[in-house]
Amino acid sequence: MIAPSIDGSLVRRRPNYRLRRSLTEAAALALGVVVLIWTLVPIYNIVMVALEPHGDVFTNDIWPANPSFESFWIVVTEGYWYLENFWHQFGNSLYVGVATVILTLVIGSLASFSIGRIRIRHGWLVSNAALLTYVIPASFLAIPFYRIMHIYGLSNNLWSVIAAEVTFATPYAIFIFQQYGVSIPIELDEAARIDGASPIQVYFRIYLPLMAPALVAVGTYALLLAWNEYLYQFLLLSSKRSMTVPVALAQFLNSDEAPWNYMMATAIVYALPPVAIYYAFRRRMTAGLVMGGVKG
Amino acid sequence: MDDAQVLRAGVLPGPSTSVRLRRRAWRGSLQGSEFTWAVAFLIPYAALFLAFVAYPVAYGLWLGHKPALYAELVSEPIYQRTVVNTVLYVGIGVNLKMFGALLLSGFFMRRRWWVRGLLLVYVLPWAMPALPAFVSIHWMLNGQWGLLNNILWGIFGIDGPGWLETSRWLALGSVIASHIWKWMPFWTVILLAGRMSIPQELYEAAEVDGATGLRRFLHVTFPLLANLYLICTLLSTIFTLGDFNSVYFVSGGGPALSTHVLATLGIRDAFEIGRPDLGVAAVMSALPLMVPLVILLMRKLRTTEVQL
Repeated sequence: MIAPSIDGSLVRRRPNYRLRRSLTEAAALALGVVVLIWTLVPIYNIVMVALEPHGDVFTNDIWPANPSFESFWIVVTEGYWYLENFWHQFGNSLYVGVATVILTLVIGSLASFSIGRIRIRHGWLVSNAALLTYVIPASFLAIPFYRIMHIYGLSNNLWSVIAAEVTFATPYAIFIFQQYGVSIPIELDEAARIDGASPIQVYFRIYLPLMAPALVAVGTYALLLAWNEYLYQFLLLSSKRSMTVPVALAQFLNSDEAPWNYMMATAIVYALPPVAIYYAFRRRMTAGLVMGGVKG
Repeated sequence: MDDAQVLRAGVLPGPSTSVRLRRRAWRGSLQGSEFTWAVAFLIPYAALFLAFVAYPVAYGLWLGHKPALYAELVSEPIYQRTVVNTVLYVGIGVNLKMFGALLLSGFFMRRRWWVRGLLLVYVLPWAMPALPAFVSIHWMLNGQWGLLNNILWGIFGIDGPGWLETSRWLALGSVIASHIWKWMPFWTVILLAGRMSIPQELYEAAEVDGATGLRRFLHVTFPLLANLYLICTLLSTIFTLGDFNSVYFVSGGGPALSTHVLATLGIRDAFEIGRPDLGVAAVMSALPLMVPLVILLMRKLRTTEVQL
């Protein structure tokens, strides 16, 4: 019905068009339901197991027969021997996250100021080194990294994890800062320079305030990276007091008794902060990821 | 920092293709104190790079430099299976994920309140950390007590298999599905941003010319998204090659070490068997695939940057 003849085609076209529209709508709705189920089943599973009282885990229920918040209470009060350091470990995760954010922002913004604003010669070499680090998968570097942390005397130390997270977050920070920095007119720097400002004054008074949106995007990214990362934290941290939450969570998997409901409750408590941060900073995160993840 | 605006430069050669300003605030060659400042600002990153990237890379290359290691590696049946798994995992996983993301990004373009709501739910797997998600899937796929088999039995009366315990192919398929579940939302969001940056006028013009549905996609949407799609696919291939969490937590390499990929086998060799050199060799054997990808990607990203 794309190229209709003049006679009466408009009359025929209308109902056909309407039918097709409602068919498309129905198909979209069906697809939506499939996507919804596909997305929610594993999440439903985690919530369901967490709500099951101890002993009800090994049943064939599709929903918990006697839902209770007992598991969450056990987690919050550290009432199980796997969880005896839970809040301490939570603090460790937070410590690693905050330190990673601060160091990533400082190192990344200084480097991109030098490359992008002062335009140091051969600055592109640094950009390329950072780009290369960004595309190397972290897991491929884990084995030598672990040995090197021993050489540096940082084994079982939270700072070894912070070093790893900063190493993998900074390249991304440098790209975002450079991309975003292009939108800040260089004339501002020139004007300040004529007024006698030193590079460090330009950095603090002009560059950082104007870069605020990029700083927020990268900071969120670094925080989530450090909070969610598992492999390096697992390899580098071994004692109960130095562990972070994901490492402690994976410890449950070694248990024969398998307290799955406590584990899932712990997992939910661990997953809530990043999910909340994600939704709060969603717009900025997407923009940042699109820039860094796709445009480099 | 608007998504559409950011992407437009990469996707469309529009008015933003203007020549980038190559200008210094400090004209001419940097002198004296300015040069000192510039170098001083670079020192923290240079130190970080040397201490935590260059040194480990060099150390890794040194650990895995003996040819005998690779002979030993290749003669192992576990390694041979691992290579096949890695190729299947990356080949099937990346392509299904990216194609699904491409289609779903079109679906999420629909302007309906429930589609917008669904998008918020749909990104949840990406928003949550990998560990809880994969541990949940691991338990869900348990043959005896898992939710999936309970549903299959309770609703359809089918006695589901032990997804992770019985067969290598079922377990590998489960791992691939979990990977897609976790990462498709991320790429969907990126391709969605790419689609939104295509000017509406192009669609209107195409409609006047009679292109709708599939033809509109083939002749308008896809040519404009192709570059972005390619970059995303390359990036996703590299990331998937290095993906440790999906395999480690969903199948754990089981049953009987039959579903390892290079990333997990390297860690296993290094830390469970205590042969770091063998682990490094396993990881390094991915380099023939990695290096061309990285070169291609870096070139792509650099030309994209020039277009800005």
